[in-house]
Amino acid sequence: MSKLTVVAEPGTHEVRMIREFDAPRELVFKAFTDPQLIPRWWGAEAYETVVDKMEVHKGGMWRFIQSGDDEQYIFNGVFHQINAPESIVQTFEFEGMPGHILLETITFEERDGKTIMTDSSVFQTVEDREGMLQSGMEQGTDESMNRLEELLKTLERA
Amino acid sequence: MNIFEVLAEPTRRQILDLLREHSRMVGDLVDILDITQPNVSKHLKVLREAGLVTVRREAQWRRYELNPEPLAELEDWLAPYREHMEARFNRLDKLLDELQQDNDEENNNE
Repeated sequence: MSKLTVVAEPGTHEVRMIREFDAPRELVFKAFTDPQLIPRWWGAEAYETVVDKMEVHKGGMWRFIQSGDDEQYIFNGVFHQINAPESIVQTFEFEGMPGHILLETITFEERDGKTIMTDSSVFQTVEDREGMLQSGMEQGTDESMNRLEELLKTLERA
Repeated sequence: MNIFEVLAEPTRRQILDLLREHSRMVGDLVDILDITQPNVSKHLKVLREAGLVTVRREAQWRRYELNPEPLAELEDWLAPYREHMEARFNRLDKLLDELQQDNDEENNNE
C-alpha cells in the first residue's frame, strides 16, 4: 500500500500530497532546508542534484540543477515564508518552461514522534497543473483495482 | 465533457463513491444525497454518457452500477507523478533514518 496520498481534484489548480515520516519534525524540516541534505533525496535517482543557490529566508532564492547523462533540468524559486520547523512557503519554476510558476506550501505536523507532511501546490492555470503531472516522467503501468479504489477514496476526500 | 469535467462536479463524485459500495436505485441516491430526483437523474445521465455508470432494468426499476474502466485513464494520468514523488520520499525516509542513527551515536558518545 502506498504511503503517499496525492490529491488532484479534477478541474482545479491544486495538487496536494500527504506523507508520513518516521522522524521528528525538526529533522524532517532540516532535510527540506539544509543545502547539504537536498542532493541526497530531492532529485530523481538517475540524476545528480547540485544546489546552486539556497538562501533559506524570506525573499531568498533557491536553484537546484539536476544532471543526467546528457540532460540537465534546472528548477528555481523564492522562499516566501520560513517558519521553522512548521512550514515553508515557496515558489517553484522549471527553467525548461519559464513563466509557469507554482506556489508551494509545505507544513509539518508532529504526532507521536512521527511527522505528517502536507504539500499543497497551487498552479497558475489548470493546464499548467496537468502539464506538470504529465511531464517527462516514466509511465506507470499498474492499473489494479487497489489503485482504482485508492483513487476513488482520494476523489472522495478532495 | 471529458472525464476531468465529469468528475469535477462534487455530487457526481459522491454518486460514484456510493456506487463503488454497491449498485443502487435512483431512490436510494435521492435519499442519501438529499437532493431532488431530477438533479440525481441529471448527474446520472452525465455519468452514463461518460461510460462511468451502467443501468440495468429490474421490473419497473432502474439499477445503477459503477463501471470503473474510464477511471483508468485518470489513474494513468496521475501515476507517473505519483511514482516520481514516491521515489523521492522513499529516499528521504532513508536519509532520515541515517540522520537519526547519527544523532543516536552522538548522544551515546556524550
